[in-house]
Amino acid sequence: MQPAKDTLAWMYEKMVTSRRFENAIEKIYMEGKSPVFNMADGPIPGEMHLSDGQEPVAVGVCAHLNPEDVVTATHRPHHQAIAKGVDLKKMAAEIFGKATGLSGGRGGHMHIFDADVNFACSGIIAQGMGPAAGAALSRQIQGKPGVAVSFIGEGAANQGAFHEAMNLAAVWKLPMIVVVEDNAWGISVSKEASTAIQRNSDRAAAYGIPGHYIPGNDPLKIYEVAGEAIERARRGDGPTLIEIETYRLAGHFMGDAEGYRPEGEKDGLFAKDPIPAMRAKLLADGQFTEGELDALENKAQAAVDDAISFARASADPKPEDALTAVFA
Amino acid sequence: MENERKLTIARAMAEATAQEMRIDPSVFVMGEDIAELGGVFGNTRGLLEEFGKERVRDTPISETGFIGAAVGAAQDGMKPVVELMFVDFFGVCFDAIYNLMAKNTYFSGGKFNVPMVLMTSTGGGYSDAGQHSQCLYGSFAHLPGMKVVSPSNAYDAKGLMTAALRDPNPVIYMYHKGLQGMGWLGTEKGAIVHVPEESYEVEIGKAAIARAGRDVTIVSIAQGVHHGLKAADKLVEQGISAEVVDLRSLVPLDRDTIRASVAKTGRLIVVDEDYHSYGVSGEIIATVTESNMADLKAAPKRIAYPDVPIPFARVMEQHCLPNADKIVAAARDMCGAPVPA
Repeated sequence: MQPAKDTLAWMYEKMVTSRRFENAIEKIYMEGKSPVFNMADGPIPGEMHLSDGQEPVAVGVCAHLNPEDVVTATHRPHHQAIAKGVDLKKMAAEIFGKATGLSGGRGGHMHIFDADVNFACSGIIAQGMGPAAGAALSRQIQGKPGVAVSFIGEGAANQGAFHEAMNLAAVWKLPMIVVVEDNAWGISVSKEASTAIQRNSDRAAAYGIPGHYIPGNDPLKIYEVAGEAIERARRGDGPTLIEIETYRLAGHFMGDAEGYRPEGEKDGLFAKDPIPAMRAKLLADGQFTEGELDALENKAQAAVDDAISFARASADPKPEDALTAVFA
Repeated sequence: MENERKLTIARAMAEATAQEMRIDPSVFVMGEDIAELGGVFGNTRGLLEEFGKERVRDTPISETGFIGAAVGAAQDGMKPVVELMFVDFFGVCFDAIYNLMAKNTYFSGGKFNVPMVLMTSTGGGYSDAGQHSQCLYGSFAHLPGMKVVSPSNAYDAKGLMTAALRDPNPVIYMYHKGLQGMGWLGTEKGAIVHVPEESYEVEIGKAAIARAGRDVTIVSIAQGVHHGLKAADKLVEQGISAEVVDLRSLVPLDRDTIRASVAKTGRLIVVDEDYHSYGVSGEIIATVTESNMADLKAAPKRIAYPDVPIPFARVMEQHCLPNADKIVAAARDMCGAPVPA
């Protein structure tokens, strides 16, 4: 399964959008946080988990999704949200904690919810899996189209929720795809130190479902494998577990000194940065001209600039609005 | 009345669910042993036969998985009714309950609703020890984002279930095992009352005056209401008129009814089968003392479960549980009544 040219363009544009968005967030996040770093200061307070380097996973999977398909994401959700089509302006405003944000500032960066494209988050490891199984069940019971994709990290495969939701999805043959982003690190603990097997996709055997491991952080390979899994789910043939080797180019959160990484690891990762790699491939294959790719990058940058300006210009929520929206 | 139709709470819950399932195709039920068996405590009996396996699902023993799934289905437009067989089991799945179910409406700024009912059994008194006998009312009521109800009788059980199923919010529906009307758990006759056949709602957040009185207010919920009513029967023989308030809902809490009753009687006893400290009993007393200090003729008292895990041995558990005699003693003390001969 090879993506058509317009899909390739979309994938590249969304990868660049995500990266440029995070570059902007990263810079703004540090405003007000020097010389003394205090997480509570600046226009974007709180924890910040960047997904730089993990963009191929988001676009390779979401290229196959429609707005009615459901995605549950993690505490590191920006790339997934952008690829799923979450409103970038409202998402930026939410990350700034503004009244115009997706949730009026109640959620922040770990709780990105956009009902228009069926996107939800949880800041707790593996806890999006149950809701994804439930959304898939809802579609199955109602005979409505749509699949559910739960993005998790490789550390989440060691949570009880992973096992419970995988088994539930398999025993009920739910239209669900679990995508494990293996960035090799659960904060400071390596996959090797935390996980009894090398590939979490092997765990699919425990549920009698297909499991695929995709090495290389390669958006095209991800596109291919995810496409087959999503088609399978749409046909009613049940869930698939996919683990994808990817790289976290940033720390676990901003402010993470990353002392746990072996010397030189980051240099190696930057050398494999998937965005320049994809640009080079698209050019080498002769599918795109420099001008076409530049145009996509400019489009991405414009969307990011727009979103950031919107967020900056938006008003803070009224403090007393904290007391609303607890109940429907 | 001769032709009155009396139901147990278990039957009333199942009837309400069935009636709602007939008119609302988005309602479905899942949990452990709720389909073929009809629920360990009888509250889903007959549903599988009428609605089939698609809408009435036995689940694996995976509370985190299926309660999390209920959240996802609710956000996707369905109305799941899920059962956590014993409330004590919340320890294996509380993340799905209070970090997902109770918070997603807020975190989404009201864009995602989570209309679901989480049924769970509470209560002890039958020597099932400390992992199958707790009430944990306060643990659930403490955390924002979910409504919490618990009926004391079958009429309220049906009406609260119907209301819960029509509520756009997550509702924790706590049913006391001692009131279910399952013979093997003992039967509280006072819980088996007339239940109309037609569908109706009991408003969530509205307490009931289970018995009107003049001298002392006894506030409770579920099984505690029956202890209060029995105590009131004894007290009236001793010249003390007790009013019994059945909270029916803990969230929202009907503070007005509690305050109005205490304004009338000047005395407050809270009966709570949940643990003594940091719980419902303290909240009820605070509700009154924050606003009605001048109305109080005596310091409020609480008869709650001591702050110990629930023991197995009958004599030990019974020693700890609230009962009518403890309430009578407290009321007499507060009313300055002499110890009867």
